[in-house]
Amino acid sequence: MLKQTPLNQRHHEANAKLVDFSGWEMPIHYGSQIEEHHVVRADAGMFDVSHMLPVDLKGEGARGFLRTLVANNVDKLQSTGKALYTCMLHEGGGVVDDLIVYFLNESWFRLVVNAGCADKDMAWLETQRDRLAPGLQIIPRRDLAMIAVQGPKAADKLWQAMPGTRELAAPLKPFNAVVVGDMFVARTGYTGEDGFEIMLPAKAAPFFWQALVEAGVKPCGLGARDTLRLEAGMNLYGQDMDERSTPLESGLAWTVDLKSERDFIGKDALLRLPLDKQLVGLKLLDRGVLRNHQPVFTAAGVGEITSGTFSPTIHASIALARVPAGVNLGDTVEVEIRDKRLKAVVVKYPFVRNGKALV
Amino acid sequence: MSIPANLKYAKSHEWARLESDGSVTVGITHHAQDLLGDMVFVENPTVGRKLAAGEECAVVESVKAASDVYSPIAGEVIAANADLESSPESINQDAYAAWMFRLKPDNAADLDSLMDAGAYQAFVDSEAH
Repeated sequence: MLKQTPLNQRHHEANAKLVDFSGWEMPIHYGSQIEEHHVVRADAGMFDVSHMLPVDLKGEGARGFLRTLVANNVDKLQSTGKALYTCMLHEGGGVVDDLIVYFLNESWFRLVVNAGCADKDMAWLETQRDRLAPGLQIIPRRDLAMIAVQGPKAADKLWQAMPGTRELAAPLKPFNAVVVGDMFVARTGYTGEDGFEIMLPAKAAPFFWQALVEAGVKPCGLGARDTLRLEAGMNLYGQDMDERSTPLESGLAWTVDLKSERDFIGKDALLRLPLDKQLVGLKLLDRGVLRNHQPVFTAAGVGEITSGTFSPTIHASIALARVPAGVNLGDTVEVEIRDKRLKAVVVKYPFVRNGKALV
Repeated sequence: MSIPANLKYAKSHEWARLESDGSVTVGITHHAQDLLGDMVFVENPTVGRKLAAGEECAVVESVKAASDVYSPIAGEVIAANADLESSPESINQDAYAAWMFRLKPDNAADLDSLMDAGAYQAFVDSEAH
């Protein structure tokens, strides 16, 4: 039996194509994935991301706990509502999950973790809490729904749908959040566009969703969410990194703080392991579509595509690939697609930001 | 969308139409494009290639996935729809108008082994359960 979000009924009513996503019945699209993709780049779309799990850390010692738990440095979080993207590693340096940490006050931090990792993350958090901060409360918030409203017109349409959010949410800078009544509004997302991720009580979610529809925000499925995040050069857990890869070989060195004295779980391994792999962007020069797991042949050895797709914005196929160290920007590589070797060029990513193609 | 009565259908979701000149036009069904979603790439067989019935001969790729296309009957490829290279989405718009390739059949009677519209509808319904 698949789990359902508080918006499941809305998806059925909208004739969404529903699929099993990490044990949840989720919309892959509502008719056309490409149309939904373009709406987010040019206007405003929304995603039901209630399958993701918010986890509240409450009590004394929350910051100290997070200093040890995650690879990025939570001491960067000093102002109320500030958010931080980070990986949580195991001792071997592999990625348990990637998540966002929000700082509300010294005795309240909120994490948002991936749906597919939620159970394992909770177990990991509890084990580490018992070891590091026994007094800390760890509260999974399945009572909350989460809606991501994304696109250049997301803000305007959000104010229209929920005028009460405007005063507090309009001044938010990217990667900041604010509590508005029983809602938590964050200027974050997974698309490379302006937008908000809004957590609110499950019961209120269908009403809020409907208000957004009436304000002209188009419901979009996880299919478009995937092509949007890949264009935006954002990693997907389970594809671009997992427990067998470190953040350093997953293009996430910018999220790892190795400079401070602070010790964190996995730090020793990151300092010790040879850095012989890297994540790069690829753009296909020949006709075809890059897909996950296709082998990539380079002068420095063989690599593999971790996420590949057709980019609706660029009208070409793009990918993230893990390749040997020594492969450089501008190199031409070959990707094996159905017994043929097609040419691709190594490019800097993000591929698209704020509606504009960068490659 | 209703299934056209004048076409024949393969279990792998291709349609085939016998033309007045004896050639057979092949495409994928509306049901197939609906399962795959937005088309972004089509690779057709080259003209002159000889195909066996059920042979893997073309590829359609949607944003979601790549899918093989099989020849519904045996024959030689005499034309391929080059328009699909630049506008693969025409398969989504009208799968029965956006033909993929045309065959000179080894034996036109082979079409009889394929399903008619009624049988294909029943087949699609049975796959859905």
